[in-house]
Amino acid sequence: MPPQTMSAKTDATIGVNGTAKSTSNQAPPPMALPANLKSDLLNKLSLKSFKLKTKQQELLLRVSILFLVYVLAFITRLFSVLRYESMIHEFDPYFNYRTTLFLTEKGFYEFWNWFDYESWYPLGRIVGGTLYPGLMVTAALIYWGLRFLRFAVHIREVCVLTAPFFASNTTLVAYFFGKEIWDSSAGLVAAALIAICPGYISRSVAGSYDNEGVAIFALLLTFYLFVKAVNTGSLTWSLASAFGYFYMVSAWGGYVFIINLIPLYVLVLLITGRYSVRLYIAYNCMYVLGMLLAMQIRFVGFQHVQSGEHMAAMGVFFLMQVFYFLDWVKYLLSDKRLFETFLRITVTTTVGLAAVALGVGTASGYISPWTGRFYSLLDPTYAKDHIPIIASVSEHQPTAWSSFMFDFHILLFLFPAGLYFCFKRLTDATIFIVMYGLTSMYFAGVMVRLILVATPAVCLISAIAVSATVKNLAQLLRTKSKVTQGGSSKAASGSKASSKALLDQSQPFQRNGAIALLLGVFYLLSKYATHCTWVTSEAYSSPSIVLAARGAHGNKVIFDDYREAYFWLQQNTPTDAKVMSWWDYGYQITAMANRTVIVDNNTWNNTHIATVGRAMSSYEDEAYEIMRELDVGYVLVVFGGVTGYSSDDINKFLWMVRIGGGVFPVIKEPDYLVNGEYRVDKGAAPKMLNCLMYKLCYYRFGELMTEYGKPPGFDRARGVEIGNKDIKLEHLEEAFTTSNWIVRIYKVKPPNNRW
Amino acid sequence: FPPVSFLSLHHLCLLLPSLPTDATAVRVLLSGDFKVSQAETRPGNDASDQLGAAAMEASLRAHRPAALLIFAFLSLLSVSSSAAQEIQILNAERRIDLSSQVAIVFLTLKVENTGKAAASDVLLAFPPTEAEHLAEVKAQAASGKKRKKTYAHLIVEPTDVPDAPNGAKGFRLALHNPLSPGETTTIEVLYMLTHSMEPFPAEISQSDPQLVYYRDSAYILSPYRIKQQTTFIKTPSTNVQSFSRVEPTNRAGMELKYGPYEDLPAYSYSPVLVHFENNNPFAVVEELVREVEISHWGNLQITEHYTLAHGGAKLKGVFSRVDYQSRPSASGVSSFKNLLARLPPRVHSVYYRDEIGNISSSRLRTDSRKSELEIEPRYPLFGGWKSTFIIGYGLPLEDFLFESTDGKRYLNFTFGCPLSGTVVDKLTLKVVLPEGSKDPSAVIPFPVEEHMETKYSYLDVVGRPVLVLEKKNVVPEHNIPFQVYYTFNPIFMLAEPLMLVSTVFFLFASCVAYLHIDISIRKG
Repeated sequence: MPPQTMSAKTDATIGVNGTAKSTSNQAPPPMALPANLKSDLLNKLSLKSFKLKTKQQELLLRVSILFLVYVLAFITRLFSVLRYESMIHEFDPYFNYRTTLFLTEKGFYEFWNWFDYESWYPLGRIVGGTLYPGLMVTAALIYWGLRFLRFAVHIREVCVLTAPFFASNTTLVAYFFGKEIWDSSAGLVAAALIAICPGYISRSVAGSYDNEGVAIFALLLTFYLFVKAVNTGSLTWSLASAFGYFYMVSAWGGYVFIINLIPLYVLVLLITGRYSVRLYIAYNCMYVLGMLLAMQIRFVGFQHVQSGEHMAAMGVFFLMQVFYFLDWVKYLLSDKRLFETFLRITVTTTVGLAAVALGVGTASGYISPWTGRFYSLLDPTYAKDHIPIIASVSEHQPTAWSSFMFDFHILLFLFPAGLYFCFKRLTDATIFIVMYGLTSMYFAGVMVRLILVATPAVCLISAIAVSATVKNLAQLLRTKSKVTQGGSSKAASGSKASSKALLDQSQPFQRNGAIALLLGVFYLLSKYATHCTWVTSEAYSSPSIVLAARGAHGNKVIFDDYREAYFWLQQNTPTDAKVMSWWDYGYQITAMANRTVIVDNNTWNNTHIATVGRAMSSYEDEAYEIMRELDVGYVLVVFGGVTGYSSDDINKFLWMVRIGGGVFPVIKEPDYLVNGEYRVDKGAAPKMLNCLMYKLCYYRFGELMTEYGKPPGFDRARGVEIGNKDIKLEHLEEAFTTSNWIVRIYKVKPPNNRW
Repeated sequence: FPPVSFLSLHHLCLLLPSLPTDATAVRVLLSGDFKVSQAETRPGNDASDQLGAAAMEASLRAHRPAALLIFAFLSLLSVSSSAAQEIQILNAERRIDLSSQVAIVFLTLKVENTGKAAASDVLLAFPPTEAEHLAEVKAQAASGKKRKKTYAHLIVEPTDVPDAPNGAKGFRLALHNPLSPGETTTIEVLYMLTHSMEPFPAEISQSDPQLVYYRDSAYILSPYRIKQQTTFIKTPSTNVQSFSRVEPTNRAGMELKYGPYEDLPAYSYSPVLVHFENNNPFAVVEELVREVEISHWGNLQITEHYTLAHGGAKLKGVFSRVDYQSRPSASGVSSFKNLLARLPPRVHSVYYRDEIGNISSSRLRTDSRKSELEIEPRYPLFGGWKSTFIIGYGLPLEDFLFESTDGKRYLNFTFGCPLSGTVVDKLTLKVVLPEGSKDPSAVIPFPVEEHMETKYSYLDVVGRPVLVLEKKNVVPEHNIPFQVYYTFNPIFMLAEPLMLVSTVFFLFASCVAYLHIDISIRKG
C-alpha cells in the first residue's frame, strides 16, 4: 500500500512541475504566475491525483468487497433477532451464558475453580475443569473491553452477538487462506461464499452462543497460519499457528480434528517426497508449542500426551526427527550402500521402538484408548450398538443427502470442480486444502453436526473452482476485445496477440459460449445467495425456546411455554428445590429457572442419566422411591399433545427406556412396545400406559378437547386418542402447567405420615 | 358476663390459640398505663362496658406484647385529654370502602370549639396497627352551606399526641381560619389503608373464593368527645360470612351500619371484625424501582423494575390448568392474569420483558390523551405467587422538561406506580440527570427519603448524578406530579459526540500515519 500512495503523490508533483515549466516558457510577468499556476494545479489535481491507478483501483475494490462481505456475514445472522428477540438459543448456549455470567461477575479465578452445586445433584460438577473456556473468556473480554470504553452493554447482548462477530472474522481468514492457496480473487470468492453458507450459519446465528461459533474461526485461523508457515518456513508463522491452535483447544473439543489432520498432512507430504526444512520448522514448532499450550487447558491437560486420539501427532513428530536425522546422515555419508544399510537399521529400530512403546503404553493404561465419540466417527455404527446416549442426540445422526443439499447447495457441485483445479496445480497448500476437504467431507457424512467443520473447506475449494472458471472465461472475453481493438490501432502488436486472434477465429462460438457460461455462473451464484438467505431466515433462526406457528388466520402465534415454566419455577419454588427432567432441559433449567437439576446436557455420567431414565419409565411407586433417594422436589416433563409439538418427552421416551435399560436391566424395551411398535393409544403396552412419563404427560389430558370433531384426549402430536384417560397420581401432584401444556411441572409429595 | 358481642370474643380466641396464662404482666400493664377505672363509672354504655370486661378476661390469658396492644385498646374506654377537651365533635360519619384491596375511608367530622380560646388545628388519631398501613391522609374543610359549599385543602402532618394511649399516632390538620369559641366547621378526611385485609383461611384451593378479615373499631378513634357517630362498611359482595355486633348494628346488602352511637368519650374503641368475600386482585408490588433518565437530545427514558406478588390467600395444593381453562368462573376467582399500566401520551418504544427475555403478552393502546399498556405476566398469579418484570418506554422530553424563571431546568413527572389497582410496598424513584448537571433538588407534595447516587451509562466519564427518592406504602393516589430542579450547561451535550468524532479522527489519523511510516528494522 505505501508505495502506491507514494506514487500517486509523485505523480501530482510531477504534474505541478510540468505546468510550472510550461508557464515559465511563455515567460509572462512573474506577478501573474500564481493565479495561473493555481488554476492549472487545481485542474491537474482533480484529474490526475484522484484518478487511481489500476493497482490502486484493485486494492480499493478488494478492500470494499471484503468490508461488504464482513458486514453481510454479520447482518445475515441477525434474522433471529429480528424475527424473535435478542436471546440465547437452544440448549448448550444456556450453559455457556450462565458460565459467562459467572465469569464476568466473579472473575477468572473463581470461574476456574467453580464447583457447581446446581447441576448433577447430588454429585455436582467441577465446571472449571470440565469445560472449554475459550468462548466464555472471549465474550467476557469483549464485554470488559466495551465496558472499559464506556459502552454500557449487557453481557447478554455480547453473548448473543459473539457468534456473528466471529463469523465475520472467519470471512477475513477465509480471504487470506484463499489468497494463500490460490490467489486473492479466490480468497474474495471464498470469503463471500463462507459468509452466507448455511452450513456455517446454522451454528453461528445471533444467539447461538456455542463453542462452534468461535471454534470455526479458530480452526480456520490455525489451518491458515500453518499453511502460511509451511509455505514460508517462517518461525513467526508457525508460532502464530501454535497460538491459533491454543485458542482452538480452549474453545472446542473439535481441536482433535486439527491435531490429527495436520500430522496426516505432514505424513502425506513426507510420503510424496515433498519433505522440506520449511515443513520441519512449521510442524515441530507448531506441535511442541501447541502441545505445551494446550496442556494448560484443564479439561485437556495430560490427555494431550496420553490419550489415543493425540498419538498420531506425537508419532509424526518423532518420524520428522528420524527423517531429519537420516537426511543429515545422508549428507555426511558419501557411500550410498552404507547409507542404505544405515537406513534399514534405523527404520527397523524406530518402528520397533514405537510399536513397543505404544504397546506398553496401552497395556499399562498410560495411553488411554480412543473415546466412544471418537470411535463412532471412524465407525458410524459403533454408537448405535454401544453408546445409546451418543446415538440419542439428533445432531449425532448420520447425515442425509438432503441436508448436504440444504447446507451446501451449489457448493456440492463446485466442490469436485475445485478439487480438479487443485489437483491440476498441486502445491503444499493445495494438498492441504484437498486433504482438509476430503477428510471433513467424510466426517460430515458420519455426523450431521460435522457439516460445520467441512463448510470452510468446501467453501474454499468451491471458491477456487468459481474463481478459476470465471477468470478463464473473463480472460477469453478480454483478449478477444483487446485483439479487435488493438488490431485497428496497432497493426504490429506482437506475435502473441495475433496467435490468440487466430485461435479465436478457429473457434467462432467461443466468445458467445464464454458469455453464456459466465451468465450461468452468475445465475448459480445468485441462486446460492437466495437459497442461503431463505434457509437462514426460515430454518436456522429459530431459538427453539420460543416456538412460532401460523394461526388459523395466517397470523403468527407464539408459544412461549418454556420460559413461562422456567420463570414460574424460578419465582414460585423454594430456592433449593431439585428439579428432575430429562437431560435435554438441564442447562435451560439451571440457567433460566436457577434451580438445581439432577442431570443436564453435559452427559458425563451415564449412570445418573440412566437413573433418571429408569425413574421416568417405572411405575409411579417405584419411581417415587428413586425420586426420594435423589431428593427430587419437582418433576418437569415436556408434552406436545395439545399443540402438536413433536419433539416432546413422549417421543423421546424410547431413548429414556434404552439408556435406563442399558444400566438397569429391570427396564426392558420390549415391555413398552407392542409387536415392536411404539404407541400411546388403547393398543399400547400396559407398562407404557402406567409408567411415570406417560402418567405425567397425560394427567387429566383425557378431559381436554384438543381438536374439533375429535374425542377428548386426542393427542395432536401423534394423532391418536390416548389409551389411559383415567390417570390418578398418588405421590405427585400437578404444580404448574403452561398455557399450551407444553411444559408440565409436578410436585413430589412428602411421604405420608405413618400414623 | 352476659354474652354480648359474641363474635369479637370468638375471634379473640381465634387470635390467641392456647396461650399460657401470664396474668401478672397484663395486670401491670392495665393498672400502670391506663385508666381502666372510668369504664365502670360511666353509665349507659353497656356494650363497651361488657366488652371491656370481656377483654379483661381474655387478656388475662395473654402474654404476647402484640396481642396485648390490641387488648389494651379493648380495655381502654376513655382517656381524658386536657388539650382536646376544648374541641368536641358534634357529628361524625365514617364510610369504609372495602371493595378493593385498599381500605378507603371517608370521614366527615362536624367540629365545634367548646373552649375559651380559638383553636387553630384539629387532631386525628389512628391506632398504631392502622398507622403503619396508612398510605395517604387527605383532608379538606368545607365552608358554606349545601349548594354553595366550597372546599379548602388542609395541610396534614403527623404529630405526637402527648397523652395518646397505647401509642396511638396522631395527625394534625391545620385549619385555615382558627375556630373561634362556639363556632363549628365541617372537615372531610380521606385516608387509605393498605394490607388491612387479612385472608382467612390463609390458604385456599383453586376452586375456593377468597375470604378476608377486616379489623377496625366500631367507634371512631378520636382525641375528642364525639356526640354522635355512625360507621358504614361497604363490602365488595353480599357474601359476608360474619361480622361483630356493637348494637345498634345493621346489615343491608353490601353495607354494614354501625351506630348511631351517642356521646362517646375521647379514645373510645370497640373492635369489630368483618369476615367477607373479596375476590378482587390483591396485586401487590413489593418493590418498584423506576428510573427516569433525562437526555437533553430529546428523550426521557423510563425503566420500571417490578416485583409483583399476589398478596391474597395462598394457593394450597395443585394448580390445574384444565380447571383454569375450562371453568374460568369457578376456578381461581381471586387470581389475576392481566394488569393495566396507564402511561403518559406520546409514549414510544415500549417494551415489556423480564430477566429471561421478552414477554409477548402485552398490548398497547395510544391516543392523544393517554396510553394504556395491558400486560399479562408469564403465568396467572395465584395467592402467594410472584413475578418480576421490567417495563420500559420513551417519552418526548418537551412534555416533561421545562425551564423555570430563574434559569434552572425542571422535570415535571408523575410519582407513583403506573399499574392501576396495585399497592406498592416500596417505591424507589431514580431521576438520572444528564452528565454535568448540578444542584438537583426535588419538590414533592409528601414526605420521601432522598439521597444521591452516580450512574455510568454510555460514554460517561464523570457519571450522571442520580437523585433517588424512596417512599413506602404507595397507592394510586400518589400518582401526582413532582418536580426535580437542576442546573445544566448545554455545552455538556456536545461532550459525547465530540468524543466520538475525535476518536474516529485519531483512528484514521493513526492509520494514515502508520501507512507512511516505515518501522521495519531492515535497511531498505
